[in-house]
Amino acid sequence: MTDGVLGELMRGSLDHCVKCTICETQCPVSNVTPLFPGPKFAGPQAERYRVAGEPSVDSSVDYCSGCGICSMVCPQGVKIAEINSQARNRLKQQKGFPLRDRIITRPTWLGRAGSPVAPLANLTIDMRPLRILGEKLLKIHRDAPAPEFARQRFSRWAKGRTSPATGRKIVYFHGCGTEYYEPWEGQKVVQILEHNGFEVVVPKQDCCGLPLQSSGLFDDARKVVLRLARALVPYVRDDPDTIIVGNATSCTLMLKREAREILSLEDDPDLKLVSERTYDICELLLELHHRGELKSDFKPVNEHIFYHAPCQQQGHWIGKPALELFALIPGLEVTEGNARCCGIAGTYGLKAEKYDIAMAVGADLFAQVRDSGATEVACDSETCRWQITHGTGEKSVHPIDYLHRAYGL
Amino acid sequence: MRGELKYDAVVIGAGTAGLVAGARLAEGGARVCVLAKGVGSTHLAPGTIDVLGYAPERVTSPAAAVDELAAARPDHPYARLGFEAIAEAVRWFSERVESGPRPPLPEYRYVGDLERNILLPTAVGALRPSALVPETMAAGDSASHDRVCIVGTRSLRDFHPALCAANLRRAGIDARSVEIEIEVERADQNTLELARRFDDPAWRAAFAGRLALKLQAHESVGLPAMLGIRDPHGAWSDVQHRLGRPVFEIPGLPPSVPGMRLYEILRSTLRNAGGRLVLGAEVVSCERDGSRVVSVAARSAGHDAHYAAPWFVLASGGFGSGGIELDSRWAAHERVLGLELRGLPGPDQPRFVGDYLAEQPMARVGVAVDGELRAEGADNVMVAGAALPGAVPWREGSGEGIALASGSHAAQLVLSRSGAPAGAAA
Repeated sequence: MTDGVLGELMRGSLDHCVKCTICETQCPVSNVTPLFPGPKFAGPQAERYRVAGEPSVDSSVDYCSGCGICSMVCPQGVKIAEINSQARNRLKQQKGFPLRDRIITRPTWLGRAGSPVAPLANLTIDMRPLRILGEKLLKIHRDAPAPEFARQRFSRWAKGRTSPATGRKIVYFHGCGTEYYEPWEGQKVVQILEHNGFEVVVPKQDCCGLPLQSSGLFDDARKVVLRLARALVPYVRDDPDTIIVGNATSCTLMLKREAREILSLEDDPDLKLVSERTYDICELLLELHHRGELKSDFKPVNEHIFYHAPCQQQGHWIGKPALELFALIPGLEVTEGNARCCGIAGTYGLKAEKYDIAMAVGADLFAQVRDSGATEVACDSETCRWQITHGTGEKSVHPIDYLHRAYGL
Repeated sequence: MRGELKYDAVVIGAGTAGLVAGARLAEGGARVCVLAKGVGSTHLAPGTIDVLGYAPERVTSPAAAVDELAAARPDHPYARLGFEAIAEAVRWFSERVESGPRPPLPEYRYVGDLERNILLPTAVGALRPSALVPETMAAGDSASHDRVCIVGTRSLRDFHPALCAANLRRAGIDARSVEIEIEVERADQNTLELARRFDDPAWRAAFAGRLALKLQAHESVGLPAMLGIRDPHGAWSDVQHRLGRPVFEIPGLPPSVPGMRLYEILRSTLRNAGGRLVLGAEVVSCERDGSRVVSVAARSAGHDAHYAAPWFVLASGGFGSGGIELDSRWAAHERVLGLELRGLPGPDQPRFVGDYLAEQPMARVGVAVDGELRAEGADNVMVAGAALPGAVPWREGSGEGIALASGSHAAQLVLSRSGAPAGAAA
């Protein structure tokens, strides 16, 4: 199937829309602001009025956060989020991309600039006058959550060590969040996988292009994601048993599906292979458990935690495997949240004009966290964790932290 | 590697039948996973529990009419389930609404029973029979009030209070209508957005204050179904208290706020019992071993996910939800597992009849099942809800009764055959 045909099929799915409004009931954004009229209006309906070569009929689709919930809940299989993402790209091409969008969508540039001078960079991030300046000049909201650069990048840590050779290879895709901000999450992933007998390979790698894609910078996003696919594919091409696993759930979703469908890269054979072989870490661990291959030497972890499954984790369409994994850990009490979204949607909530919407979206989740009485929040996506901490003041970690603790690693 | 997850039972479909089957399997101690392409039919239905409304004349008492229907139509799901199974499922449902381990909607209740149908007004003022209704609708029972005032707002374009009141008057009810202004932020307002406002005590107090000025003595108040989504009991009882008279909701076009509440009740019952729910997971193929389904493949990002189980419950609906389809060559298919269908018109019989609203020849098509509601040719597949043959739920007013009873029956049969943990199956 060629790119053009797939693109047409995706767009053509709007003919399956029966206007049932189920997507409208679940959209986190349209439920808190009239600036976004809702996934059905902006997607299957407005798309009929978007004509190639003519100006976009309205700019409200820019307020879609790209969370993807609409496509997940649609009982008719309409590719609502994908239609909206492509419409956003066309709109931005007509209206132009702000400088801000070219900067915050490049986690690699930011990370490479920031982490060598982490103490200074972190100080700068915390400085109020600079944040106000940043808001005025770049339209990055002064209060938006900003993570601190780690002093040592994950890849530096990984370079200094080798997994014991077990013959069961697994490729670790750590993503930018782990590389520049939370290297300890990556270390835990490696240790859990090694504990379960895997030989972990960490290829040289880069951004998946998701921030570029979600801001509508499709051409740049294509270059970035294909570069990543080229870096990963040699490790799986000749070995049908090797898979790629990642803890950055939105980045693994980008590799699995979004790059191929939203960026119309269906035809790229490298990306296709990488897409089929990529696993979310909790998805993998749960499958190992169901096959009786996950080590179960779990010690009690006596904590009460709150679990929020982020939209992009839900977008894998695998349910919430973290919950089944938590159930294996003695002593761990889990409150499952049922709020839809934390609001941040990657870089959406950083943008000055969208920050208040993002906080309004997250308000339900923040209230649930506060009411739960839990001491920590588990969440699969790093930007969502930063937003949850920003909105609640509570510590937020990846679900695998509890497995790591229970293994006593 | 090919991923495969193993469960005691896999349910396909997250409408009422699927969620009930999943919740009851989980409560019975089974490890259960509910797979669904998207959110199910609950969001599109009024949120009432309709057991039997027409057979074919309007039914006064479902308890009295079910046996008669069963005797006349041995192919109807009720004939195979029997009245006691319906009554047991309805009791289970009422208990879960009121005393679930962690009720998602505090103090929200359903009222009614199988002895007497409640006649509630629809959005166009027709009277529709239901066995159980949310407490927020109960005062709409045409037997319980002398005068009603139907309240609408121009911002809701799908609800016309004057039309509703005029049709109620035709049915002999002393009804009038008023409009009340609600400031809206967008052109196309729906009841869900207004329901969120009713969750806010200050907003609804102001609304009730303005509405009170338009009301006359001794009239009940009918409003579109929008009295709260998070705390409907609180919103409804507060508005009723402030107006000093009975207030009732009238269900209308989707999105259905009371239907969303029903979904939340069933979803949380499933989750509290430890069952999994996977949305987006459209089942695209299955693996069979002779007359048994061994596993199903469901869409997930990047690769299909495989779910293996000794038992499956097919609750994927009928023509309405796309579980059964009629293709352009006039061939009907069960789309999920490719099961055999029953009730199709023969080659010489008409496919349609001229009267659009009459019972169409295709209306009773469903998955061929045996006396235990197991799919023919697939010994470990139970069928529940609108996928069953022999019923015409929208004409009979029987959709929720069939879904509750057949979902419960499927769960109980699976639990009794699969040796669930002792004492777990209550």
